[in-house]
Order: sequence, then structure tokens, then C-alpha cells
Amino acid sequence: MMKSAPLISFVILALMGLMLDQFLNPYLQRTMALVLVNIILAMSLNLVNGYTGQFSLGHAGFMAIGAYTSAYLSTHWVAPAAIVPHLLFFIFYSLVSGCFAAIAGWLVGQPSLRLKGDYLAIVTLGFGEIIRVIILNSSALGGARGYFGIPGPSPISFGGLALNAFYSFYLVAILWVLTCFFVIYRTISSTHGRAFMSIREDEIAADSLGIHTTRVKVKSFVLSSFFAGVAGSLFSHCMNFIAPSTFSMLMSINVVIMVVLGGMGSMTGPILAAVIISVLPEALRPLQELTGQDYRMVIYSLILIVLMLVRPQGLLGHKEIWNFWRKTRVE
Amino acid sequence: MSNNKLLEIKEISIQFGGLKAVDRFSMDLESGELAGLIGPNGAGKTTVFNLLTGVYSPQTGSIDLEGQPIHRKKTFEISRLGIARTFQNIRLFKDLSVLDNILLGQHHRTQYGIWQVVLQTPGFQREEAQKKEEALELLKIFNLEKKQSAPAGALPYGEQRKLEILRALATKPKLLLLDEPAAGMNHSETTGLMEIISMIRERFNLTILLIEHDMKFVMKICEKIHVLDHGVKIAEGIPSYIQNHAEVIKAYLGTDEELH
Ligand SMILES: Nc1ncnc2c1ncn2[C@@H]1O[C@H](COP(=O)(O)OP(=O)(O)OP(=O)(O)O)[C@@H](O)[C@H]1O
Ligand SMILES: [Mg+2]
Repeated sequence: MMKSAPLISFVILALMGLMLDQFLNPYLQRTMALVLVNIILAMSLNLVNGYTGQFSLGHAGFMAIGAYTSAYLSTHWVAPAAIVPHLLFFIFYSLVSGCFAAIAGWLVGQPSLRLKGDYLAIVTLGFGEIIRVIILNSSALGGARGYFGIPGPSPISFGGLALNAFYSFYLVAILWVLTCFFVIYRTISSTHGRAFMSIREDEIAADSLGIHTTRVKVKSFVLSSFFAGVAGSLFSHCMNFIAPSTFSMLMSINVVIMVVLGGMGSMTGPILAAVIISVLPEALRPLQELTGQDYRMVIYSLILIVLMLVRPQGLLGHKEIWNFWRKTRVE
Repeated sequence: MSNNKLLEIKEISIQFGGLKAVDRFSMDLESGELAGLIGPNGAGKTTVFNLLTGVYSPQTGSIDLEGQPIHRKKTFEISRLGIARTFQNIRLFKDLSVLDNILLGQHHRTQYGIWQVVLQTPGFQREEAQKKEEALELLKIFNLEKKQSAPAGALPYGEQRKLEILRALATKPKLLLLDEPAAGMNHSETTGLMEIISMIRERFNLTILLIEHDMKFVMKICEKIHVLDHGVKIAEGIPSYIQNHAEVIKAYLGTDEELH
């Protein structure tokens, strides 16, 4: 792949964002922001659940660590805007949030990934709940009331064009979406990514080739936790308010659904699924106004069930969007 | 002790529940030797391989590789010290490509880290290209280079066995353990395999220990044969000696395998 692909995609997405900023209403802009957060969550969980073949159920926990780290930092340690460009500070907050989540990932992964089998699912599930309960009981973090007044990046202007705050957030978010995408995409096409997949395929065989399977699994898990923390940070600056209830088990399961639905072990599948799952409940909102009742979850679940029956390997399976594209062009 | 002793197994045992799968088994392998491990079904042959590679640790005895004890080490450590193996029921990375399977055999020798991958540094690209070149070189041994991008699981059975041997070779072992390499192969494939085993032994300076039920194959290719029955070693020696050994004949009596 081209070395400059990340830069080119950033420029294209940044230009597209100018249009989104001008023509989308604030409600759709917020949905769009959540889509970006969910894309990072899905891509990062896919690294563990898809490529490495381990089953983690604690993504919300790592996200919570990131979200609260960022919330605390940005309210206690405000950027002296005159000295350092404002946006850089938000990148810095998310970087620190990611690192905190990665450390937590290491602490959780180190003991539980040593064991073969499904211990990880149980441990990560417990971990997610523990994090939630800790936050719930910590007054410095707002406890059950939640954490209020988290700042988002303020508006910037661009060559005389006055932009909304959305665009500032958008820039930081796509920077991370692209970082996450290219880090994972490049890793999986190197020996490190092949080692992840070898564990999914046959851990005993991987061991017999001299692959330190525990260390490889921990590596994948730590990388995944890092990006979950980053997603949490972005989430907190987008919502400006976070509460422990947001980061419940349901949130973790939701991310698992994105990965499974999109296709475990596909780069673009979970992205596609993240978009669909974030947009679907919003798209079904008019129905609620029409019937006066909230059938959304029912329809949402039905769609999921039908999709999994029709395509048990997920929307894209192990393939990528561009594989389908090429096929149709050749035929 | 002779200088060129590569492997020294002393009185190793393992018990599963009440079953003594391997019972005080000893064996020496000279460097460069091609030895066979035979015995009726359930004799404990595969279990010996599992003990050698750290899948199980022996409950008694010791295993020394080049004078260094390895019986308390983990599987990946033993592999890095130079013991590679194939599996009786093929364990390829089925969804990965043929080439990737070989590349994974080289994984533990990788120099570049994830940072270099993310930044696509020249060092990373050079090393990756070199790995691929080496892997293709290995694939040529069994004429598999044209199938390099096929998923390993899509290969015919015989080729899967061959790919597994190549993957083991990619770790650059000193000792290669082959668990029934000729299983499921037809006569001409088996003959071809025999030639190639001799060839790779020369080319890579290998010591080889193989388990095989095809007696013609074993008697023809192995310089020394060790016979297991019910976890106990009942004989060792050159093929002509084993073929006429009373206890060996008795062990095989009533099985449908033939010693000649
Ligand atoms: N993990 C295990 N747990 C319990 N019993 C085992 C285990 N591994 C092997 N055994 C038993 O140990 C005995 C020896 O098995 P092993 O697989 O080593 O035989 P083998 O000589 O390789 O036979 P074959 O020629 O059929 O491959 C068998 O009775 C087997 O059932
Ligand atoms: Mg066996």
C-alpha cells in the first residue's frame, strides 16, 4: 500500500467534513460524531475478537477509562490556547486516555490471556463491571450523577469560513479513525498481524513454531484497549456529559455485535456494521412518531437476527469492501 | 558421552489417569541421524513427541538437547532451541495463505517491531521482502510456489502434509520430528516424500525422528529404529535387526500391520 495513503485520506475526509459542517443539522452532526466513535470501537475490538480469535466482553470498561481520563484532564488542566494550538490539546487528551486504557488492558490481559479457553470473556466482563462500580462510587468523578461540563474543541475558522464546533471535533476524530485504521491494517499485513491470526487459527501449532502466544495475545489486547480508550475520550468531548450507566455491559455487547455483524477478521466489515448500527436506531425514529410506540429495538433485533441467519459469517466475512468491488468489475 | 549427541532422553514417563502412556522411555539421537519411532496404535509415539516439544512435561526423567535440559521449558522456547515438528492430524493455519503459513515459521526471528510496521520503514520493508524470498525458496522444495496465495486449507491432503513440513523447516530447526508424514499418501507420493526427506536432511543439516506406520518406508529410510509398545521401549537397532526381533514381532502380531 502507498505510504502516503493516510495523509491523502485525511485531506479528502477533512474536505468532506467542511460540507458536513455547513449542510448537516446539529442533530445529524452528533449522530455522525457517534458513528466515528463507534467505528474506532468496532475496529479495535475486531483486533482481539476477529483477528486474534479471543473473546473480549469488556470494551466498555476500557472506553470508560478513556472517557473519564479525558473528562478529568480537560476540566482540570485547560489548554493555554495562546501557546499551544487548541486542537492539539484534544489530541493530547485522547492520547493520554488511550495510554491509561492500554495500561489497564495490560493489567487485565497479562494474567487472563495466559490461560487457554474462554477465561478472557469472563474476566473482561467482570472488569467492565468493576470499572463501572468504581466510577459509580467515586465522588471526584461525579459518581452516579455523571460528569458534567466536559469541554469540546471550540470552533475554528478556515480561510475566512466560519466553521462550527463540529468541525473541530470532526478533525480530531477522523485523525484517530485513520490512525486506528492504518495501524491495524498495516499490522495485520506484517508478521505481527500474522501472529495474531495464527492464534485464532491454531494456538497449539503457533506455539510449536516458537511464537510466544501469550505475549502476542497481550500485544493485540493492549493495542485494542488503547484505541478503546481513545474512543472513550472522543465520546466524552462529543457528549460533554458522561455517566457510569453509559458504559454498561450493553455497550460492550453492542460493540461485539458490530464486529460479528460486519465480519470478524475483515477490516472494512466492522466499519460498515458500526455505521449501520449507529444510524439504524436514528433512521427508525420516524416510525416511532408514526405509531406512537417505540418499536425500534424490536425491529433492530429482528434485522440483526435475519442478517445473522442469512450471513452467519457477517456482512463481509473475511473479505474487504474492495474485494467485492473488484469482483463485480471483472465479471 | 560422544560429542555429537544431539538429544538425550532419560527415563521419561507420563501417566494419564491410570494409563501409563509413556513409561521410562530413553533414547539418544546422534547429530545428523535419521531415526524411526514405531509401535502399534496407542503405543505412545505421539505422546513422546508431545513430551519432547513441551506440550506435556514428563513426570519422571529428563530430556537434554545439546547437553541443555529442556523438559521444564515451554513449547515456544523448545521450538526456539531447535526442535520443530509436524502433527499427526495436520494443524495448518487453514484460513491463511500457503505463504503466510511458512512466514509464521520465521516469525520468532523477526527484527522489526510494530512501530516500524506502522511507519512502513525501509528496514521493515527490506526484512519483509527477505522473509518472502526465503519462504518462496522453501516452497520450491515441494513445488508449491505456484500455490502461495491459496488458503492452506484448500490444498489437497498430501500437499497439506508437505506444507506442514516446510513450515516446520522455516523455524530453522536442528531436530525435525515428523508424525506420520506419509499418512494418506499414495505409493508414488510416498516414494517422492522419501527422497525429499533425505534431501532436506542433507541440505539443512538436520537430525530427523519420524513416526510412521508404513513399514516399507521406515525400514528403507531409517538408520535406526526405536520400538514402543504400551509406552515401553521394547527394542532399538538397525532395520534388519528390528524386523527379526521376537518381541517386536509379538507386539505387532494380531495387528494388521506388517513388518516386512
Ligand atoms: N491427553 C491425553 N489424555 C489422556 N490420554 C491420552 C492423552 N494423550 C494420549 N493419551 C493416551 O495415551 C496412549 C498413547 O497415545 P499416543 O497418541 O501417543 O499413541 P500413538 O502411538 O501415537 O498411536 P497412533 O499410532 O494411533 O497415533 C493412548 O492410549 C491414548 O489414548
Ligand atoms: Mg500418534
